[in-house]
Amino acid sequence: MTAAQFPILILIIPLLAAFAISLFGGRRDKLAYGLLLAAMSGSFYAALQTLLLVLETNIPIHYRLGGWAPPYGIELVIDHLNAMVLCLVSGCALLTAIYSLPTVRAEIPDRIHHYYTLYCLLVTGLAGMVATGDAFNLYVLLEISALSSYAMLARGRGNAYYATFKYIIMGTIGACFYLLGVGYLYIKTGTLNMADLFRLLAEEEMQQSITIRIGFILIMIGIWIKMAFFPLHGWLPNAYTRASTTTSCLIAPLMTKVSVYIMLRLMFSVFSVEFVYGVIPWHEQIVWLASLAIVAGSISALAQRNLKKMLTYIIVAEVGYMVGGAWLANESGLAGTVYHILSDALMTLALFMAVGAIIHKTGKSSFAAMEGIFRKMPVTSAVFVLGGFAIIGIPPTCGFFSKWYLIRGGIETGQWLFVGALLFSSLINAIIFFRLIERAYFGDLSGHGHGPLPERDEAPAVMLVPMVVTAAALVIIGLYTSEIIGRIVLWTIPAGL
Amino acid sequence: MADFLPYIVAKYNYWAALVLLLIGLYGMIAKNNLLKKVIAMSIFQSAIILFYVSMGDKKGSTIPILLHGHGEHGALAIDPSQYANPLPHVLMLTAIVVGVSTLGVALAVLQKIHRVHGTIEEDEILESIEE
Amino acid sequence: MKKIALLITLAVGALLILAAEDFPRWGDAHAPANDYLSPYYIEKSLEETAVPNIVTAVLADYRGYDTMFETTVIFCAGITVLTLLRRTQRKAPKAVRPRPARQGADVILQSASRLLVPVMQIFALYVLALGHHSPGGGFQAGVILGASFILLALSYDLKTMLARLSENTLLRLSALGVIIYAGIGALCLLLGDNFLAYAALKVFGFSEVMAHSHGILGVELGVAVTVMAIMFSLYVDLASGGDLDEGL
Repeated sequence: MTAAQFPILILIIPLLAAFAISLFGGRRDKLAYGLLLAAMSGSFYAALQTLLLVLETNIPIHYRLGGWAPPYGIELVIDHLNAMVLCLVSGCALLTAIYSLPTVRAEIPDRIHHYYTLYCLLVTGLAGMVATGDAFNLYVLLEISALSSYAMLARGRGNAYYATFKYIIMGTIGACFYLLGVGYLYIKTGTLNMADLFRLLAEEEMQQSITIRIGFILIMIGIWIKMAFFPLHGWLPNAYTRASTTTSCLIAPLMTKVSVYIMLRLMFSVFSVEFVYGVIPWHEQIVWLASLAIVAGSISALAQRNLKKMLTYIIVAEVGYMVGGAWLANESGLAGTVYHILSDALMTLALFMAVGAIIHKTGKSSFAAMEGIFRKMPVTSAVFVLGGFAIIGIPPTCGFFSKWYLIRGGIETGQWLFVGALLFSSLINAIIFFRLIERAYFGDLSGHGHGPLPERDEAPAVMLVPMVVTAAALVIIGLYTSEIIGRIVLWTIPAGL
Repeated sequence: MADFLPYIVAKYNYWAALVLLLIGLYGMIAKNNLLKKVIAMSIFQSAIILFYVSMGDKKGSTIPILLHGHGEHGALAIDPSQYANPLPHVLMLTAIVVGVSTLGVALAVLQKIHRVHGTIEEDEILESIEE
Repeated sequence: MKKIALLITLAVGALLILAAEDFPRWGDAHAPANDYLSPYYIEKSLEETAVPNIVTAVLADYRGYDTMFETTVIFCAGITVLTLLRRTQRKAPKAVRPRPARQGADVILQSASRLLVPVMQIFALYVLALGHHSPGGGFQAGVILGASFILLALSYDLKTMLARLSENTLLRLSALGVIIYAGIGALCLLLGDNFLAYAALKVFGFSEVMAHSHGILGVELGVAVTVMAIMFSLYVDLASGGDLDEGL
């Protein structure tokens, strides 16, 4: 086996681990946990190696599955964009896997090994979607990640079944729209390989074809349903709020970000810049819709009194950031979107982990859980504060830089509505988080100030370490912004923009 | 009108897929009974399968299994227009499997909903959640 | 809700009717979909894989990567339904509503199914083995095998059937099938070729073409095992509401 095999190992290690866990993990929880950790580390290592390979050569890696040449066979294509997203997916999955054991034991009473099997399958599905270079293969992997996420969400606390059912219906509509759109492309071009589609769709006749245009619209709507883009976001808050801690830590940062990646991949690797922004003149309207998503998501987040539900509405707003940035049709906006995929996944992960630890320790998920948390859980609350700062966009966290690029992109094209929405949402996020931080710091003093000070009761080390790593990554990535932009993000900007 | 009928007839498979698809979509959004939603979901997926399989068809062609395929390898020249396009069949085999899996999971979730709420009517479930 | 649904449906319908204007005529042998990739498969599959059934060749070889994940989807659905429906051991079982008691054994039904089931299972193996030459293959064989177990469970009862094929066996079988598939892929990887490149199997003394053919048979076997186990496991869980006592 040579270095050329790393792209496939990112997927195959978690896939084989899923079967191994389902066969042997039933005996002892620790065994299932160990297998999970080993698989996620292996996958992350392979992803890192792949990223290094791409950074070294600066040309995309093509991996032929079964040895068949595309477009007859399926290929994996790894360029700068998906090498970065693959590292992100497997890295977040590794951190969440380390973090998972205490909460999984507490929240999922039995068949932990089946839960971990589904965990591995979900990671396989997400990584596979990111790595593939075939439009139909993307659909199959989309369904793997969807099915495993239905199962993980349904095993939530309390009554998650109705929320999951709605998600199944919406998810199926989304996936089927995507499949139908791919069918429209296939009926006109006769191919499913993305690079081949790109070549054929560049022809004048295809650019004018109404079937291709409507296929494009269907694909976009399908992906927007999957990523919960306003006004198609109805399923997300309830499904994610009721999920168990580990499930929401895995799904909330990754699912929407991978969908955003898929949107970018389809926009620029299947269709072209001219087609996306030129043939259907709707990109301004989409940016307006994205601005609306940001405003609506932020206001809904402000209205929540449940920590997790508040975070899910912040996700809805963040999806608005990324869709808006991608449709600004200029370099800064797109760079902001790509960079925001990275930073938003990490900050969402940090926040969900911190909130998960707080819920795990206090047993409450309302704002009351935050009372005096600084004294009880200093490390966890520090991670929470840092995550909050990143969401607001305070330097030197990476959230500041991605927002900076997005705002610059908005100003360059004169999309003042979008710029306004971004600033407004920063303001709202500041209100949300400072309100919580105030409670966390002064909460126990303001009310019944004379009671005994709460005991220090920090989360176990397996939960703390991944949280601290994530929080550190927020700052480190922020400090190395210019390197990341120069070495990775600028390479993802398609020609002609 | 003279152009219209041939236009309809020339693509009637696609129209059939389209009608099924819309029935499914409407049912998934509008029906109050969750089981009916699941049925509509199945119709929706089947419509897409019909659409794909229709595009692989060629007039006068047979199934994509080579005649004289035993023994005399490559002895006979193969005429591609004689056989239906195999690719949509392959894709739809996958889509059928995905459809069955989604159906199974949806039914399992539905059983759980019935166990918890005692009903599978959407409005009654919403009432019981709000209480 | 109904009005919104109607509105959405009409909008989508209008979009799709518009799109259909540009479709090639139905049955056109020279439509792009039929004229670009498919002639290659039709002309080359026998030469490159020694499989006259082109659908099998494309399914398990040219696009074998898709099919591996398709089998994984089935596996995933099986695990999902199981984790959803099986009751947790810690909770005391709720009062289960009484199911209609079974009215004794039905001699005609049981004798008929005893005669039918072996024939079905042999036919399933035939469908599996002849997937290279005739309509058939792993999925079809797996479904027929699964159906034969369901028939037994219906005509006897669930407990009798599960005594012969327990839940744990089903789970192991379902994982085993996908492991066969992914394992053949990984074996090719270990032999120094790409994942699922069956040509690497020629170290076992086949010609390259026959290595493809045998590789296809191997993965079809894996598919059949998984599909069989999951079909029956889905039936068992859904029919009994996860209690594994008596269904329907």
